[in-house]
Amino acid sequence: MAESATSFSRPAVESFERLYTFHGGLKLPGHREVTAKQPIQSAGVPAMLVLPLLQHIGEPAKSLVQPGDTVYKGQLIARQSGAISANLHASSSGTVIAIEERPVAHPSGLQAPCIIIETDGLDRYRDEPAAALDYSRMQPGELCDHIREAGIVGLGGAGFPTQVKLACSERSRIELLLINAVECEPYIACDNRLMQEHATEVIEGVRILQRAVQPDSCIIAIEDGMAAAEEALRSALATGNETGIRVTRVPEIYPSGGERQLIKVLTGSEVPSQGFPADIGIICQNVGTAAAVYNAVIKRQPLLSRIVTVTGDGIAEPQNFATLIGTPVSHLVACAGGYTQDVERLLIGGPMMGYAVSHDDIPVSKTINCILAVSHEEMPAPPPAQPCIRCGKCTVVCPADLLPQQLYWYAHSNNLDAAQDYNLFDCIECGCCAYVCPSHIPLVQYYRHAKTEIWAREKQTMASDHARQRHEARLSRLDRIKQEREARMAKKKQALSSDGGRSDMKKAAIQAALERVKRKKQQADMTPKNVDNLTPEQQRLIAAADKRRQHKDDTE
Amino acid sequence: MEFKTYSSPHLPVSGSVATMMQRVLIALLPGIACVIWLFGWGIVINILLASLTALLAEAAMLALRKRPVMTLRDGSALLTGVLLALALPPLAPWWIPVIGCLFAIVIAKQLYGGLGYNPFNPAMAGYVVLLISFPLELTMWSAPGSQLSFTDTLVYVFSGSLPAEQALDTLTMATPMDDIKTRLGLSETLSEMRGSPVFGSFAGAGWEWINLWFLVGGLWLLQMKVIQWQIPVGMLSGLAFIAFVFYAVNPDIYSTPLFQLFSGAAMLGAFFIATDPVSACTTPRGRLYYGLGIGLLTYIIRTWGGYPDGVAFAVLLMNMAAPTIDHYTRPRVFGHDR
Repeated sequence: MAESATSFSRPAVESFERLYTFHGGLKLPGHREVTAKQPIQSAGVPAMLVLPLLQHIGEPAKSLVQPGDTVYKGQLIARQSGAISANLHASSSGTVIAIEERPVAHPSGLQAPCIIIETDGLDRYRDEPAAALDYSRMQPGELCDHIREAGIVGLGGAGFPTQVKLACSERSRIELLLINAVECEPYIACDNRLMQEHATEVIEGVRILQRAVQPDSCIIAIEDGMAAAEEALRSALATGNETGIRVTRVPEIYPSGGERQLIKVLTGSEVPSQGFPADIGIICQNVGTAAAVYNAVIKRQPLLSRIVTVTGDGIAEPQNFATLIGTPVSHLVACAGGYTQDVERLLIGGPMMGYAVSHDDIPVSKTINCILAVSHEEMPAPPPAQPCIRCGKCTVVCPADLLPQQLYWYAHSNNLDAAQDYNLFDCIECGCCAYVCPSHIPLVQYYRHAKTEIWAREKQTMASDHARQRHEARLSRLDRIKQEREARMAKKKQALSSDGGRSDMKKAAIQAALERVKRKKQQADMTPKNVDNLTPEQQRLIAAADKRRQHKDDTE
Repeated sequence: MEFKTYSSPHLPVSGSVATMMQRVLIALLPGIACVIWLFGWGIVINILLASLTALLAEAAMLALRKRPVMTLRDGSALLTGVLLALALPPLAPWWIPVIGCLFAIVIAKQLYGGLGYNPFNPAMAGYVVLLISFPLELTMWSAPGSQLSFTDTLVYVFSGSLPAEQALDTLTMATPMDDIKTRLGLSETLSEMRGSPVFGSFAGAGWEWINLWFLVGGLWLLQMKVIQWQIPVGMLSGLAFIAFVFYAVNPDIYSTPLFQLFSGAAMLGAFFIATDPVSACTTPRGRLYYGLGIGLLTYIIRTWGGYPDGVAFAVLLMNMAAPTIDHYTRPRVFGHDR
């Protein structure tokens, strides 16, 4: 990674004029006609908030509350545990009624520990909000602490704790702070609306991030079709752009909003396969995260809500909602007028990388940007898969330059080593391959399955390696003890067998034995001085002790 | 409410294998029309016989292998039949396309596991079996402009008898490539042959037009993204390159690159046969090498081999090399060093 860091030529601000391309990708139908024009509405306070302890990459937060506790809006209810973790706050006021496993937004319908708050409808804070921080005078570390306290994670989807990403700037010099506002998946418009309606806050959030990571340059990347958002950002910058923020439009090619793809488009550099953008001097943050940072530093509010696009032909009135974290999806759908008659599929996230869930009794977590409900007409069931004919259309569109047909071949035949050799783990699961596959093979499903298998296998290997190491250590310890004993014995034997040594040893042993006898005699003759006027009990004890000593001497 | 769960991506898919095969068949039409125009109805009878055999054989094999028979609708068997028919002389007896298709579908395709699993191009495997087993029938090409009616052709194909006024040797004629080979054997030079009726405007008489129309169809396939450019470009440039080298050395005995490109099955092979994705290379760079290999081998077999054309053998030979080429031509993965 170090080589890559040095090979990254320092880009001057001007050099970002040019755009690069990444391999593959797709031009997808946008489906944003409705939602991109809908102003952000409030989804209100639901009767119940379900707050999963794990809404980010890393370790789950540790609950600080008990069932029955009254909580205020913005109160810290679970603290981060470990370096990669995030705080969790009550997104409205009410009573904690349970801390238990609940279904969460997960492709496999997983249950996970959640804090459940019955809201009181007052939505009240404990105190008046603190005064805005003057971030321009603050040290990067201090700012990071505030961001950490606010429980901010990447709102683009991955949910990486923001302070951890920002802390990279302490270790290596950051050339470019990249604000990702490229909503490349169809249907989703939450970032687009955020920029249109809250451009000033977004820009100020970006300035705070600039202060926190001290980059040489800063770009807000938006998509070609976001003219209104671009105008809003530019007019917000027009009042003063001392920190040199640039707004750049990138072509609408899915998945140009992927972190690695976007970095390639803007800089021409590739993030190393197993590395991070910071390895090549870049920190990438979602535009929604920038707004959350603004709230944390200026409004002094932790991350309590986010914008969610609720859309699809299965939703009566598609809209964008400012949603409290923990709001049930069912509540959000009800806010959007409920489902239409022929709704068939409910997706969390976009239509390319999102996952289908079987019910809507799950909470909106920090990383959910879209709820998509569709009918059979809009997204028919996938046709049955046919054999792969190796046509290579998947290779043409793969943004990671993989050979999806070969990966499928190996994943299908459970040849996991070969799949890994063909760089399975560089797959970003964007779904381009499956989208173009004329045989309708659910390729991404195969890759996910193979990855899971490999992880399970590695875990197992690690466990058995550990056991084997322990076993080997024990064997070698026993062996060592045996050898040492043998060595001692051999030494003794040698000492005994050598002639001169033997007589000397014997003499010394006899001498020592004589000395011992003499000493014991002296001890026995010696009369203790304090034996006058003893009680009968004491005398009996002394007699018993003498007897024991006598017995001991005899046996020796 | 219970929703249906499927794996991502969820956007409806566009293409299908059947659409791809249909497009390939459509792209063959201009070339087929040109063959009919030049050589008469024989090719139509070939196509009908071959398609029917291929479809029946595929259906029977699918049933025997307990696979859904309607897999037939993917169109791959039909395409194999049509491609094999196009490789055969238009006046071949009826059992030629039948045997060829039976071998192609039953042995070269279904016994290996059906669509997607055959290591060799089925049409070419069937053709080569015919070429080796029945060399006489396979080299009796019609003369361009033959005027046999559809029914007369049908009668001839099934019974071998011609109308009284027609003689077989007026209907058939050696192909330009065969003719040149024979005359070169008699120490004639190419410049001496130039005035011969087997030469057309820039390549073999008639064949240049057939190749041109297959080229048009192939370009349409490229534009529709049914095939990718690497294999055709590789094959045609391989063929043109080696032809140019030898032509430059001795133009008296080696034909021009243009002649090579527009003779025999060059264009049909480059756009329709070598591009069979199942048996070809699958990496982008591998496909280029694969095409180059076919081009070079085609020239070598055409020039020094004992068969009328080299495309079929070249394709089968490169089929064998495909897995190895794929292994050594993996693309650089995003974020990896070379």
